[in-house]
Amino acid sequence: MCLGIPGKIVEITSSENKLALVDVGGVKREVNIICIVDEEHPPESCLGDWVLIHVGFAMTRINEEEAARTLELLQELGEVQEEFQTRKNSEKENP
Amino acid sequence: MKYVDEFRDPEQAQKLLENISVLAKQVQAGKDRPIHIMEVCGGHTHTIFRYGIKQMLPQEIELVHGPGCPVCVLPMGRVDDCVALAEHPEVILTTFGDAMRVPGSQKSLLQAKAEGADVRMVYSPTDALSIARKHPEKEVVFFALGFETTMPSTALTVLQAEDEGIKNFSLFCNHITIIPTIKAILDSPDLQLDGFLGPGHVSMIIGQHPYLFIADQYKRPLVIAGFEPLDILQSIWMILNQMKEKRHEIENQYGRVVQNEGNHNALKAIEKVFELREHFEWRGLGSIEHSGVRVREGYARYDAERKFSIPNLKIADPKSCQCGEVLKGTLKPKECKVFGTTCTPETPLGALMVSTEGACAAYYSYGRMDSFESKKEATT
Repeated sequence: MCLGIPGKIVEITSSENKLALVDVGGVKREVNIICIVDEEHPPESCLGDWVLIHVGFAMTRINEEEAARTLELLQELGEVQEEFQTRKNSEKENP
Repeated sequence: MKYVDEFRDPEQAQKLLENISVLAKQVQAGKDRPIHIMEVCGGHTHTIFRYGIKQMLPQEIELVHGPGCPVCVLPMGRVDDCVALAEHPEVILTTFGDAMRVPGSQKSLLQAKAEGADVRMVYSPTDALSIARKHPEKEVVFFALGFETTMPSTALTVLQAEDEGIKNFSLFCNHITIIPTIKAILDSPDLQLDGFLGPGHVSMIIGQHPYLFIADQYKRPLVIAGFEPLDILQSIWMILNQMKEKRHEIENQYGRVVQNEGNHNALKAIEKVFELREHFEWRGLGSIEHSGVRVREGYARYDAERKFSIPNLKIADPKSCQCGEVLKGTLKPKECKVFGTTCTPETPLGALMVSTEGACAAYYSYGRMDSFESKKEATT
């Protein structure tokens, strides 16, 4: 019920009614962007933004920096694990 | 797909699982039971089963499936009310696909439709409003349900109907709020939970602040989590890390979507159209204070409960059904007496078997590896 799907805004279809066309994995559909526009972000400025879509509404603008940061943390965790594993293996081989 | 595929990388998942395993052993050492982590949201339950995360986790961790499936917690009486609305000859009843199959005491909306009621599935509440525009001679009722994630879309649709002066559109409002329900679970005497995976998309609307009491008063960690497998694994790792360091804080793993303060426009729309009900009845959990919302007096003409006469009867759950215990995490789905026998996804008896986000339906569809694994252990 609470699921959302990422899509990219490819066209502002009605600035007045806050409607935009989003591309979700190659499929285009119209969504309401009222939840992501304000004085700082007028409808026109939303073109090209990645948004999370839920029941026909763009509910939030996806934060690219934060996404990259999460992936970076995951990467670091992986590296720590590799180091840990290498150390464990070397301890086994050189008791 | 961007923002999806990179959070499903199996190699990263493997490394994360190894980290989790090391940490879980340290945290669980000296305890007489596994670490219990509740995923509040049904969307998380679905990911956990779909990707087999439950089976991947070390035995020191047990996931408890929470009440976050709005279809599953809807009491039978409300479904009956909805069927009664759908059977009004002038009504077109519209709703999300999930809600069509929920059993009422007599029938589901799908059965009412088969018997001739005009019930239509929509993707968005705005689709329901379009139907109202096209059929001015009919009364279009939208069966609104869901947590804070879905509430703004319904509120905004009401505001749009007002703007356009559409008079033949109304809501049968069954929206619920997550915070009082988490509190009710934390207050239950048989509680054995060590931490929470916080609902990512509810948090996208309400922000982080409403969860603070869980850390401050109940001393439990909560990590707001995304919905891809790596999101869930990373969040579990974050909870374990808090436990290891004896911290209990509200952390946000899903920073790409959840901002600290939530979504201002969405909250404003909710506040404008809805107000808290004193009580709302949950299937399996009973009545919980301030856990549901209704349409405000100012928008009464968009409220199906005021516009039509509704039976409004309380119907007890079937006796054999143990959805309540499963929802509270005191019983596992397969321990229920009717699981997989008289209660299956084809003929659901309890609501947890209806939606793919319900714990029982997830166990039934994906979780039967468990019995396979225990057989394997028995033979080796």
